[in-house]
Amino acid sequence: MQEMMAPEAPATSSIPRRRGRAIVVTSGKGGVGKTTTTANTGAALAAGGASVVLVDADVGLRNLDIVMGLEARVRHHVLDVLEGQATLDEALVTDKRVPSLRLLAAAQTREKDDVDTNAFRELIGALRDRFDFVLIDCPAGIEKGFANAIAGADEAIIVCTPEVAAVRDADRVVGLLGDERSVQLIVNRLRPAMVRKGKMLSVEDVNSILRLPLLGVIEDAPDVIVSTNRGEPVALDPASPVGAAYRRIAQRITGALSEPPAIPRERSFIEKLFGSHK
Amino acid sequence: MFEFLARFFGKPSSSATAKERLRLVLLSDHLSLAPDVVEALKHDLIEVISRYVDVDAANCDVTFEQQEKRVAMLANVPILAMRARPMPRRTTPRKPAGTAPQPAADAPANGVPRAPGRAKRKRRRQADPSAPATAGLSPA
Ligand SMILES: Nc1ncnc2c1ncn2[C@@H]1O[C@H](COP(=O)(O)OP(=O)(O)OP(=O)(O)O)[C@@H](O)[C@H]1O
Ligand SMILES: [Mg+2]
Repeated sequence: MQEMMAPEAPATSSIPRRRGRAIVVTSGKGGVGKTTTTANTGAALAAGGASVVLVDADVGLRNLDIVMGLEARVRHHVLDVLEGQATLDEALVTDKRVPSLRLLAAAQTREKDDVDTNAFRELIGALRDRFDFVLIDCPAGIEKGFANAIAGADEAIIVCTPEVAAVRDADRVVGLLGDERSVQLIVNRLRPAMVRKGKMLSVEDVNSILRLPLLGVIEDAPDVIVSTNRGEPVALDPASPVGAAYRRIAQRITGALSEPPAIPRERSFIEKLFGSHK
Repeated sequence: MFEFLARFFGKPSSSATAKERLRLVLLSDHLSLAPDVVEALKHDLIEVISRYVDVDAANCDVTFEQQEKRVAMLANVPILAMRARPMPRRTTPRKPAGTAPQPAADAPANGVPRAPGRAKRKRRRQADPSAPATAGLSPA
């Protein structure tokens, strides 16, 4: 592995080697919100005081740097590190807003098959020694890119939208993740009004199939699109209810919050009128 | 209320349709991901049928098919001859076995375990013995 630098986040104990947690964010189906979830969960964890590195494992279709608004700072990527072209420290990009947050970008002009699974697993292990959390943004599909992304992770977050194809693919992915990883569920893009009208699967419908511990529910929200346009994770917006939902997800991950997620309900006419987001 | 109206107009809500489609597609997925289970089922099926008739075990075929409103098991069991003395396991009176070659048996595929790697996962989950894939199938 590459040469290591002393951990930049404040040492929490005298134990020399810190074993952080490696969590892969995956879904099977494309476009359901893995990258959005990785960026926001990571930002919320870091804003809460943890040291966090986000690893973009979507080699060839790099997105995470864009969602984080860090695309202009990326100099090196995962494959540069794996192939010895850059050290880990040269490749890690520090976030503009939260100093304990780092990004390791994917290679845009390479292919998933160029990544060696064992080398990637070792890289994740090295990052775990330096950060409290290693969040891995998994590509869609169940091929090589998926195998690489899950290799070093001992935990997984399944992102699923309330759609037949997304649930089916999530079910398949859960089977492939095996028993050795702890797996939790985030239901993304829920529209409570549609659920009430019987036009969308409910969180309960989805989880009656997947039967995973529910980590959070994120509504389908314009905030997410707006913040992604700007490259500012919505999780860092104190006024956004979706941001608050991501912050609660982060607290559930660290154990600071034990309360299970509330299922968002439709806002009443009065609430909508006054823009209250309770 | 909406459900009621929907039923009144004879059209289930789209989320109910989605749920039903999901149930069927997962049942098919789990069956196709559990070839060892299907193989064991085929073996046992042949064994039972062989108590009554001689079957051409080498040419038996058991498949699952997703139909419009259910998943069906289709068994094609060529029968060579009647057994001189059938060997039913139970002592209760039984209807005589048919003499003509069996048509494809069409039975609901209940109780199919999840794909490999999933069976053990149930332990960690909330206690709900009836996986969606094993929910009762209503005949079409
Ligand atoms: N809760 C949400 N509300 C509104 N839009 C959302 C939400 N979550 C994700 N999106 C939008 O959906 C699109 C896909 O999201 P994202 O890129 O995170 O998915 P992905 O699973 O990473 O996709 P891929 O499989 O291509 O990597 C983006 O345009 C994103 O802004
Ligand atoms: Mg993505």
